[in-house]
Amino acid sequence: MTQPPSTARLSEAERVALVKRQKKRDKRTATALSVLGILGFLLLWQAIAASGLLSERFLASPLEIVGLFFVKLVDPSPDGAVLGVNILSSLTVALTGFGLAIVIGIPLGLLMGWYRAFDSFMRPVFEIIRPIPPVSWIPLTIVWLGIDLKAKAFIVFFAAFVPCLINAYTGIRQTNPVLINVAKTCGASNFTIFWKVGCPSAMTMVFAGIRVALGNSWATLVAAEMLAADSGLGYMIIMGRQFARADIVILGIAVIGVIGTLFVALLNVVENRVLGWKKQ
Amino acid sequence: MPRTDLRHNDQARQGASSSMERRMSTPDSDIKVEVRNLTKYFGRLHVLDDISFNIKRGEFVCVVGPTGCGKTTFLNLLTRIYSPTRGDLFIDGESADPKKHNLAFVFQEPSAFPWLTVEKNLRFGLEIKKLAKDVIDERVEMIIKMLGLQDLRDRYPHQLSVSSEQRIIIGRAFAMHPDLLLMDEPYGQMDVKLRFFLEDEVIRLWQELGTTVVFITHNIEEAVYMAQRILILSTKPTTVKEEVVVDLPRPRRFDDPDFVAIRNYVTEKIKWW
Repeated sequence: MTQPPSTARLSEAERVALVKRQKKRDKRTATALSVLGILGFLLLWQAIAASGLLSERFLASPLEIVGLFFVKLVDPSPDGAVLGVNILSSLTVALTGFGLAIVIGIPLGLLMGWYRAFDSFMRPVFEIIRPIPPVSWIPLTIVWLGIDLKAKAFIVFFAAFVPCLINAYTGIRQTNPVLINVAKTCGASNFTIFWKVGCPSAMTMVFAGIRVALGNSWATLVAAEMLAADSGLGYMIIMGRQFARADIVILGIAVIGVIGTLFVALLNVVENRVLGWKKQ
Repeated sequence: MPRTDLRHNDQARQGASSSMERRMSTPDSDIKVEVRNLTKYFGRLHVLDDISFNIKRGEFVCVVGPTGCGKTTFLNLLTRIYSPTRGDLFIDGESADPKKHNLAFVFQEPSAFPWLTVEKNLRFGLEIKKLAKDVIDERVEMIIKMLGLQDLRDRYPHQLSVSSEQRIIIGRAFAMHPDLLLMDEPYGQMDVKLRFFLEDEVIRLWQELGTTVVFITHNIEEAVYMAQRILILSTKPTTVKEEVVVDLPRPRRFDDPDFVAIRNYVTEKIKWW
């Protein structure tokens, strides 16, 4: 009588190898599907552009965009700056605003979440500021800060500040009371408990907040660069519109998308460092 | 039938068990923890009523009581998470203070810090106490060796089984060399086999380190297995209904007639229906 191959008769080493092989195969399949998704999207795009369904004036094909990318690296027309300058300018704005939001928002959120009195003091003001859309600060910002880096960074800051603060606040509020009691029975002071128990346990939520903040700040960039800029990706997009150059607009969008993805990847690396304990 | 070595109340307070007598040398340092008239109200709810008892240095005391009798409130008062409405807790004659005294608590829920490795979890309380680094190293190494955690020292708690995690917490508590170690139903969620294993481990740690332990449980068999003395609590407002000295040799056996007699006696006393 023949029996079907059974895992029960495998040795421990064979079983481990089998599970490893299966995991590897699953991972390969997932990667292949991701690549296929991107390729499919690009192909569809290329097909629509090539079919002439949409006029060339409105939709440039992916291949044209790639071509334009290399041209734009050295050619400042039509917006007056080469791509490198535009990227650098946008990065400066976004990272200044984003960085400030992290440096100010997260500690503020953690302190508000931990110290009740500080919470009562800060919360009303924050609740009023919170629902204001970042772009509605633009007119005031121009009056207060002019139109240079400071003004634009301020707008981005507001977009990124709110999720940083809220997540840090919520995260530290969710600290397991048992862990707080452990530290308390060891005789730890309130600040020590805040630092050694509250802050590390809030980190998961803090990183989720940073992720949202990163998206927000990059997304608010275009709006910020509507403040009379002379370079930047958002500015390039606006110029593309004014010159009716759909390809420039699409190139701007694509570069923003790619850089955003790179940032998320970078954030993942940092998060794995800090929250590495979560991994199996 | 209660046997002769079931000495109750006043008798129990005076009569030290044979193993205790061996442990004790100086009679004046006999009492480690003194609980005086401990009373707690939550608003108008009277939870604890005038609880008084003493614990000797290095003694292992189990506290049992009916469900909802305020065991946890009682513990939280002992660790100073709550402050009492009336009465006080003294350690070595001084009012207990977590900053001054060495208290350690093993909670019912898993309480290892998930972001710290096993070794760093063991170090946590010692670092809070700001002990010298070589003292910390020495104690942590000792506990790791005693619990056989050598291979797990760099793992994170969620990578371990529930029982291993609980062992780390127990190790962390013993590493503090506490004046008073409080354990709140630490094995409530575990199956019988793990419980037996961990009970023996706690007994072993206690015998080797001479820690003063208060162990709260709802499991009477567990209490009789581990305790030198059992405090039986009443229903709310809670007070100490009776003390029972358990003077059986170790390792104890569940089927020993003396063991069964004490167990039945405590069960009878705990009934509130």
